[in-house]
Formats: sequence, structure tokens, C-alpha cells
Amino acid sequence: MNVTRGFTGRPRVVNAGLPPGQYDAGDDWPVLSAEVTPDLAPADWTFRVDGLVEAPRTWDWDEAHALPGSAYEGDIHCVTSWSKFGVRFGGVSLDAFFDVVRPRPSATHVLAYSHTGYTTNLPLADLTGGRAWIAWEYGGKPLAAEHGGPARLLVPHLYFWKSAKWIAGLRLLDQDEPGFWEQNGYHARGNPWQEQRYSGD
Amino acid sequence: MTENLASGTRPETRFAVPGRIAVSNRAAAVWQTATLTEIRRETPHAATFRFATPAWAGHLPGQHLMLRLTAGDGYTAQRHYSIASAPDDAGHIELTLDHVDGGEVSGWFHTVARPGDEVEVRGPLSGFFAWPGDRPALLIGAGSGVVPLMSMVRHRRARGLDVPLRLLVSARGPQELIYAREYGAETTPVFTRSAPEGAPVGRLDAGHVAPLFADGPAGGWEAYVCGSNAFAEHASRLLVEAGQPVDRIRIERYG
Ligand SMILES: Cc1cc2nc3c(=O)[nH]c(=O)nc-3n(C[C@H](O)[C@H](O)[C@H](O)COP(=O)(O)OP(=O)(O)OC[C@H]3O[C@@H](n4cnc5c(N)ncnc54)[C@H](O)[C@@H]3O)c2cc1C
Repeated sequence: MNVTRGFTGRPRVVNAGLPPGQYDAGDDWPVLSAEVTPDLAPADWTFRVDGLVEAPRTWDWDEAHALPGSAYEGDIHCVTSWSKFGVRFGGVSLDAFFDVVRPRPSATHVLAYSHTGYTTNLPLADLTGGRAWIAWEYGGKPLAAEHGGPARLLVPHLYFWKSAKWIAGLRLLDQDEPGFWEQNGYHARGNPWQEQRYSGD
Repeated sequence: MTENLASGTRPETRFAVPGRIAVSNRAAAVWQTATLTEIRRETPHAATFRFATPAWAGHLPGQHLMLRLTAGDGYTAQRHYSIASAPDDAGHIELTLDHVDGGEVSGWFHTVARPGDEVEVRGPLSGFFAWPGDRPALLIGAGSGVVPLMSMVRHRRARGLDVPLRLLVSARGPQELIYAREYGAETTPVFTRSAPEGAPVGRLDAGHVAPLFADGPAGGWEAYVCGSNAFAEHASRLLVEAGQPVDRIRIERYG
């Protein structure tokens, strides 16, 4: 351990909900995106699931909203080391979309992409079983554009760069293909509890 | 856009990830010791910290690193900092830190740190917000957001590059302008609260940006915007309104 002379840090409250290396951002919700926030109206938003699926399909705003609603209440963790507790997102579970398109048995990974051109990769298993959403509400209100509105991917058990803002689609693949930050040195999976921040962690 | 993506095996990343930039993933995974060698005051709230980093693999202008401080009980605090120095500076890197009110890490730097102290760093990180010096660059920063942009300015000077580069830097007043004594003809400062005699006061607007497009390089600019999120939103909108393509705007937000 390399102790820094004279560094004590803030008084610490033990918080079992805080993954290693993270701090509680409280009411703050920092915005970290590398691209210009798009002006994307709900009427222009579409969401497509294709690749290794039986029935590829694109949903528009109304069609996606016709699927059974589902909410996430819990914590989110950003690789830049802030965490946010007790957030509430509303949207639709990805399972509802997968029920329609029916992933093929050969599908193991997913490349998520945004209306801005951002991409991020995930194992398919991280997106099924009620652990991932398409979210369009935050705290009961429409999701703000700078946080990915009108709709974003939400995969709260992974670092938040996986939760692609302005989500446009998922492509199911039989191999892992690095996305935008992953090509820039970030970890392929990004589990905050294992501090999988950068490639090689 | 979903239409174009329907064919092919993988969606194209529409905004330019510089494939021309190689980022060493191995270097990013390893913590290394950085020894503080010098502290230079820039403004009443910002200072530059120079480190000896013998194991540093080098970086591109615009990249950042992760810095870690460790307390006696094992508690660690990690923060991102942009690299201020040009890459040519073998074995040394410089960071410029704002003193954030109540800030855990910047507070330590501004009140405790002295030459000889050791911290840990890993990086460089993110090749996205990097400028290798190959294409005309339009840089817009506010506050400590000028730090990665200064690395680009210094790189261009150190290498004697003649590729066009312009910097618009926003500060509250002349006292708050980081690196004030180093700017040359490439830089236009914008003062939001108080300005030197004869200079206007007001925030960055279309009038600052327009001349850079009226009289821009033939193939257009690569734009780099850095600062608080509010500033990044404002500046990137001005650029889009001035005609800059969205996929040639790179943004680094300090949260
Ligand atoms: C890519 C990137 C590059 C950056 N580059 C630079 C740079 O070049 N220069 C620079 O100065 N900054 C830079 N930053 C910002 C930097 O990472 C830090 O956020 C900044 O230095 C503040 O850290 P801190 O530990 O001093 O403050 P923190 O302790 O993180 O505090 C920040 C604010 O939150 C409050 N706060 C947070 N946690 C708590 C808590 N537990 N209890 C009470 N209050 C709390 C503080 O009071 C304060 O107002 C960069 C950020 C990013 C993402």
C-alpha cells in the first residue's frame, strides 16, 4: 500500500452499497458523454433489435410504450467513480423486446448503439432476466436529453457507460466486439463490484 | 439512420473515433508512482503540479489519467485529471488542478502537497479526446477545461507544426485565466465577469465562433470542447449552429 503523506480523506461512513473506489454523488448527477447532446424528439426515436434473432424488428415510441411497463429502483455506478443511490427509472424491460425478436441460441453478445453513433458491447446474459431496461422516465419525469432522453439503455449492475444514451438499437452477435469506450481502453464487461474499469483490470 | 445500420455486421460509429490513435491498454491498467517535483501557481484557485514519472509510456495531447491518493487506513480516492504537458516531456507530466471547495483530492494538493510527495497514476486514458497534431484544431475551453487543450497548444509549439490551431478560452476574469502568460496569437480569451481595460465582458457567443468559420481551414476543423457540463452544452451548440458537423466535435466534460 502506497500511503500518501498527509492524506486522510473525508470522514467515512461505511456504506455496503458502495462498490470499491466509488463515492456517493448525493443529489448530483454528472453528465459524461463525448458527443454533442442530440435534439431527438420522441416522434423521431426508434429502437431496433436485430442480428442473431428470429424476427428482427424496429419499434417506434408508441409501439415501445405499448409493451408492459417496468421500473428500476436502485443504484447506479459510473466508472469516473461516482455512484448514485436510490434512483428510479421507468421504461420497459429488455426481456419484453427479446420475447418478440427471439434471440437465436448462437447469440452470445450484444452491440448496443445510439442515435449519435456511440456503441458499447455487452454479454447477452447481462441484458436478460429482468436486469436491463429501455428507460424513458427518471424520478417520474421524462428522461432529460443530457441523460439520454428520450430513451436510454439501462444496465444498472454494470458501470454506466454500458447504459448507452439515446439508444437506437441492439445487434445480437456470436462474439464480443468492443464498442466506443472499449476500443479506447475500457473494460469489456465493466462490473463495478470487481472494479473492471480498464482493459486488463 | 437505423436504416443504414440494418445491413453489415456491426453498426458504424458515426462520430469519428480516431482509428489513427493507438492507445496502450496495458499502460492504462497499471498503477505507477508519480513523484511531485514542482508546484507552480497559475491563478488564485489553480496550480500546476509537475511530477517525475519514469515509467510513463507517453501520451497524446488531450488525454487524461486516473490519480489515486491512499490514506493510512487503506482508504483511497481516485479522480481523473487531464494532462497539461506536451508529450515530448520525457519522464515528466504536469497536471493543473482547480482548488474545489471541500474537495478531497484537490484539497490535498492545494493545502498539503509538497515536492517529494508520491501519488499513484494510471494512464494515459481515452484516445477519443486526443489531438495528434495532424488536422486543423479548434479548441474551446472554460476554467480548468483549458488543461487538455493547453497540452495541444504546447505540442504544436514544441513540434513547430504549422497545422492551423485556434483556442477560445473562457475565464471569469484576467486573474482566473489559467496559463495567461503562455498564450499567443492562436488564443482568444473570453472574460465573463471582468476584463482588462478596453476588452468586452460577456459569455462566449456566436460572435466569437463565427470568424473562425468565416476564415477557417479548407477541410474544416476538428473541434475539441472541454469544461463543465453546462459550458460543454453551450459551446457545442454554438459550434453546431456555426456549421460544425456533430461528428467532428469531441467533448470532455468534467462532470
Ligand atoms: C476526464 C476528466 C478530466 C479532468 N481534468 C481535470 C483537470 O485537468 N483539472 C481539474 O482541476 N479537474 C479536472 N477534473 C475534475 C476532477 O476529476 C475532480 O472532479 C476535481 O478535482 C474535484 O475533486 P476533489 O476530490 O477535489 O473534489 P470532491 O471531493 O470530489 O468534491 C467535489 C464536490 O462534491 C462535493 N462532495 C463530493 N463528495 C462529497 C462527500 N462525500 N462529502 C461532502 N461533499 C462531497 C464537494 O464538496 C465538492 O463540492 C477532470 C474530470 C474528468 C472527468
